[in-house]
Amino acid sequence: MLDVKNLAVAFGDIEPLSSVSFSLKRGEILGIVGESGSGKSLTALSIIGLLHLQGGRITRGQITFEGQELTQLAEKDYRKLRGGRIGLITQNPMTSLDPLQKIGSQLDSVIKLHLGFSQAQARERTVELLDSLRIPDAALICERYPHQMSGGMKQRIVIAMALAADPDLLIADEPTTALDVTVQAQIIMLLKKLVKERDLALILITHDMSVVAQTCDKVVVMYAGRAIEQGSVQYIFHGAQHPYTQALIKCIPHGLSKGQKLTGIRGTVPTVKNYPKGCAFHPRCDRAIAICSQQQPALIAASDAVVACHLVGESA
Amino acid sequence: MLIPVSIAISMVVFMIVHLLPGDPIDNLLRIGSSPEDRALMVAKYGLDQPLFTQYFLWMGAMFQGDFGQAIVLRRPVIDLIGQNLPYSLVLGGLAFAFSSIVGMLLGTVSAVVKNPILERFVRGFILLGSTVPGFWLALLLILAFSVTLGWFPVSGAKNWQSLVLPVLTIGFGGVALVARVTRVALQDAMREDFVMLLHAKGLSPGVILIKHLIPHALLPVVTILALRIGWILGGAVTVEFVFGRPGLGSLLIRAIGQRDYPVVQGCLLMLALAVMIGTLIGDLAQASLDPRVRENKS
Repeated sequence: MLDVKNLAVAFGDIEPLSSVSFSLKRGEILGIVGESGSGKSLTALSIIGLLHLQGGRITRGQITFEGQELTQLAEKDYRKLRGGRIGLITQNPMTSLDPLQKIGSQLDSVIKLHLGFSQAQARERTVELLDSLRIPDAALICERYPHQMSGGMKQRIVIAMALAADPDLLIADEPTTALDVTVQAQIIMLLKKLVKERDLALILITHDMSVVAQTCDKVVVMYAGRAIEQGSVQYIFHGAQHPYTQALIKCIPHGLSKGQKLTGIRGTVPTVKNYPKGCAFHPRCDRAIAICSQQQPALIAASDAVVACHLVGESA
Repeated sequence: MLIPVSIAISMVVFMIVHLLPGDPIDNLLRIGSSPEDRALMVAKYGLDQPLFTQYFLWMGAMFQGDFGQAIVLRRPVIDLIGQNLPYSLVLGGLAFAFSSIVGMLLGTVSAVVKNPILERFVRGFILLGSTVPGFWLALLLILAFSVTLGWFPVSGAKNWQSLVLPVLTIGFGGVALVARVTRVALQDAMREDFVMLLHAKGLSPGVILIKHLIPHALLPVVTILALRIGWILGGAVTVEFVFGRPGLGSLLIRAIGQRDYPVVQGCLLMLALAVMIGTLIGDLAQASLDPRVRENKS
């Protein structure tokens, strides 16, 4: 249903995102993981066509959604997709809703815009939608303002908004980062349930590997603007070959006892302006060899997965 | 809040006026009057009493709605104000409307349209408008449009044409101020997180601007406009005088010249009242726009 090929994004002269490819079917959950600044959110913005809001543009590649090529799509047609067939769930629910408008009218507007409902019909659907997301007193909530609600509740409203016009694809950009741990679990469960019930496709952008393990079918691991490894969730967690992916998995804390140290990856993600030559991960990689600092590794197809690492190339 | 502020203002007003050198009696005495005549006059208007007593006498009368009697003009102060206030209200009201509407339009255009030439023009205009003093602009406009072109009368208040230049003069600074605040407020609103989600909903940029960004930008603009209400009446003081229009400002300037204490006090209190009413209106408008403000109040 969604097919991203060789996507590259530029801001002026710098290219913070290049050669990202993945595809997604209905009912599937794709996780995009990586540290901050690895290009996860840019990928999301490219798909929904809002890159220009941040001053970026797509320079190469194709995004095909249900047979439609999105990179060439006129802005007017794109607007019909946005909110209509592609829903976006943003990172920070605290600031994602217009504080001056009632919850109800913010939801109604999407329904009216995309489904052509009257105000009364739209409100009826809004209330149904909120009910289906287990938001208590839906009719009452519609008359509330965002500041009168908790973060978890607001994120449910944002999800409701993304679902309002019955989309086919949901993009959730770190939907739980700003929430309490207990609420995080609820939201993730909710998303998972929605995908199953409504036969949606979901792109879940996160830096939380344990969330990926619990929810996703497929995973794309991004580093410094590139997809360095991708495959099924089983492959990523049990057969990952890229040292970065392996390191990420090692960082997941499980069953730690008191006093035991958490694992991390030494160093920090390079900024866009000084991506290292060769493999961008080599300065932080424990197993780097000579060629790693010289040449960018190509993506190599290995059974059901794709990986970009010289070590994998050597052994294959 | 309004009452203690009013009392404080009345004290300040009274003190400022009475600390001015000279007194109104000089304007009343005929040339060649004797010191005895003068003493008699001073006693007649109660100016020989301690300032403290004078203040309480004045305030006592004020509480009963009595603004006192003009010493030089020999008429009730309330009549003088009543006669002049409408002129000031019309001028101030028009100048206020002019600066609000044009300022908001200009600010919105300059925030939305990305055109370097327009941008520079608007910024230059804002700089000029915020720095050029009203009385000087008034003289410039009179020179250009009244003396040279003859489009509008030089002075007076006979017809609507005589309003044009004063409104422009007072409104000009306001336009610049409102445009600047609107521009910055809109640009801030555009950077808010929720704007991304509005786009993601599929709304068009026009709808986002009108239904979401402008209401946000209005919050600071309304605050500034409310402060302007008093400011415009005060700013009208010199402009009315330059254009020779009747009004609170002209009355005030003449009364200061003659040290006509009750008139000066009455006029200044009216201006202070306008500032307070402006602030009140601003708070109310803010509450009607922003649910978060409403909640803090109740």
